[in-house]
Amino acid sequence: MTTERASTSDSSPAEDVEARLVAFVGALRSKGIPAGTSETVDAARVVQVLGLDRRELVREGLASALVRRGGQREVFDMTFDLFFPAGTGTPQSVLQLGDELEMGVEDLRDLLAMALAEQDLRTMEQVAELAVDLLGRVGSEGSPTHGWSAYQTLDRMAPQTLLARVLQMRGSGGAGSGQATGGSGSADQPGAGTGTGEVTDGLERDEIRRTIEAFRQMVQSEARRRTAEVRGRDVVTKHAVRRDTGQIDFLSANRQQLEELRATVRPLSRKLATKLAARRRRARRGRIDVRRTMRRSMGTGGVPLRPAFAPPHPARPELVLLCDVSGSVAGFSSFTMLLVQALSDQFSRIRVFAFVNAMDEVTALVRDTTTGGDLGQRIQDEARITHWHTSSDYGEAFGDFVADHLDAVGPRTSVLVLGDARNNNLDPNLEALHRINRAAKRVFWLNPEHASRWGLGDSVAPEYADVVEMHECCTVDQLSRFVTRLLPI
Amino acid sequence: MQPSATTTFTSVDDVRTRLAEVGYLASDAIATTVFLASELGKPLLVEGPAGVGKTALSQAVAAATGAGLVRLQCYEGVDEARALYEWNHAKQLLRITAGRDETWDEARTDIFGEEFLLPRPLLTAIRRDEPTVLLIDETDKADVEIEGLLLEVLGDFQVTVPELGTITATQRPFVVLTSNATRELSEALRRRCLFLHVDFPDAELEDRIVRLKVPGLDETLAASVVRVVNALRAMPLRKSPSVAETIDWARTLLALGARTLDVEVVRDTLGVILKHTDDLDKAAKMLDLDRVLAD
Repeated sequence: MTTERASTSDSSPAEDVEARLVAFVGALRSKGIPAGTSETVDAARVVQVLGLDRRELVREGLASALVRRGGQREVFDMTFDLFFPAGTGTPQSVLQLGDELEMGVEDLRDLLAMALAEQDLRTMEQVAELAVDLLGRVGSEGSPTHGWSAYQTLDRMAPQTLLARVLQMRGSGGAGSGQATGGSGSADQPGAGTGTGEVTDGLERDEIRRTIEAFRQMVQSEARRRTAEVRGRDVVTKHAVRRDTGQIDFLSANRQQLEELRATVRPLSRKLATKLAARRRRARRGRIDVRRTMRRSMGTGGVPLRPAFAPPHPARPELVLLCDVSGSVAGFSSFTMLLVQALSDQFSRIRVFAFVNAMDEVTALVRDTTTGGDLGQRIQDEARITHWHTSSDYGEAFGDFVADHLDAVGPRTSVLVLGDARNNNLDPNLEALHRINRAAKRVFWLNPEHASRWGLGDSVAPEYADVVEMHECCTVDQLSRFVTRLLPI
Repeated sequence: MQPSATTTFTSVDDVRTRLAEVGYLASDAIATTVFLASELGKPLLVEGPAGVGKTALSQAVAAATGAGLVRLQCYEGVDEARALYEWNHAKQLLRITAGRDETWDEARTDIFGEEFLLPRPLLTAIRRDEPTVLLIDETDKADVEIEGLLLEVLGDFQVTVPELGTITATQRPFVVLTSNATRELSEALRRRCLFLHVDFPDAELEDRIVRLKVPGLDETLAASVVRVVNALRAMPLRKSPSVAETIDWARTLLALGARTLDVEVVRDTLGVILKHTDDLDKAAKMLDLDRVLAD
């Protein structure tokens, strides 16, 4: 954004800074950042000390007072851009162009390619502003759907197709000189020809990809800003600002969000393990060891001043996972499998079974898959999880399990069933689940659907919930709460 | 009334230049937060991956303001006696045996005097008259009980010793707490601090850091080093290379007298920045290190 343009306080003169701060904190709260009154006071003091002249400093300052942990920063930044925009209305870069406004898509793409080749963030921001203004408008002025769409802008700009051209411009020496003609699109690796033998030659492709990703984000935040001016901040904050990774819904998560979730498995498991260790330390009192207490009391003339406790016997449970890995719930299932695997030292034994309508053991697959690998794909390829059709059938899968693997479940075993209990109107086979329940110590069912939707459509969740304990488990937060409860002290 | 602050900066830019003078290049976020911490008199809670300069920040602040650095290293099981103060029992016993003829009252008032008090980092920092930076390192490793202890110290900058009374700081130390986020710190502690999440610096800043810390290194080589490290960070590795490792690698290259970053050199030295075998394999594949062998 054209940074030095106007101050952050002139969008509507009637609205003073305090009111805006309070509204800002309110918006953060609605997005799961629990900022209290004292944080708001701190934020006000920050503004008092720093002034409002330099926007990036205000951003960092407010972040230090309002954000409390690392993962919240992205949400904070998006909301900050809405409440403290760098400018208002049509950006300066657009106004400066004035009569040249009939710039076409190709001109913009040329500009962007040059900026990408030079890694010029300033110019990229200006191109983003122009692109949103020229290509992103949706709805007519005054209509309720009026706004600016990042999706439409990016669709027309198609920045990802510039990769080859930018590579070429970089390869031909000085970036500014090479006004490459559009659409030549040769995919040759420039480094291969020059052959300096340096390792960095191979990196350009990835670097440009990351720069293009940065451009995408500029477009998105610009579109959010422009739309917020038309439709009001509250509407945009509600819909366009993402939530914390802890609150992403498993079922509606897109591919990128699932990637992000997977990256949290290891830190999350470590956090859970530390929490458990602390809980165990605190729980170290229980049965009194009479012999050692008497022995100790010798020093105090036979008065047992310091009782000795018997060491606890942590009962590490066995765990059996039954995971539905069909389409919609696959993301949830593989996340849970990886999390449980990462916590494996907390259990004496873990066995994992996957099914769509046939049950097959995948313990070895889960154990081998590092966090980088695609677990879902490997299960699809290597395990026998379907019979003769491909829609999920819980009844048949449970039947399989009872017939072939019931010996995996003993009186010390906790069984976790993962799935949305959508049975495609087939026989739920409650008897099989009853038998698993009788054999196991406990059976829990984790359902990634909201409880309000259980029993709607082809869901047989209420029937299964009569047999075993069923928990709603839509987000990572809910899942980790459950796992902590399940684990032994 | 709170005691006055000891470390003073006049503006955000002042923070940046003075930290740079002592060899710490601060990003916008770091400079702003340090300035606010000294202005508002709040402790600074710094979180981030290992090796991005969390501990170095407090050392730099101490050096830039000419303050003394008092450090409390936290670990599992650190307690009041190691963090706050302890009575010197052995010396007290000696004192009692030395003065056998005294009355009980005389001995009692005497053995709980200043002379027998062993100050630990927190008390030291509060009693110092000179400007002080208090570093509480790896706070997440300590137990929850210690956090409760920190609340009094960080909130009011005072320590209560039952036998002596309350000791209040005459000057307010600049407090930095660091954490690797292996455990969630309590909300009560977080609320009393300004929060700073330090992440890997952007390429431009890292480039400057490398050139500052390894002055003899060729400029283009430094840029190449930073580019490779950034590419590695974009990969799903078990442990991403940190700034400290970038600097180590640059030093290694300098010591080896490398001129360019060719395949040979990288393959021999990659172990400096990556510490796991499977990470090394992945990186080798990504950087195409085997292509020379194939030719």
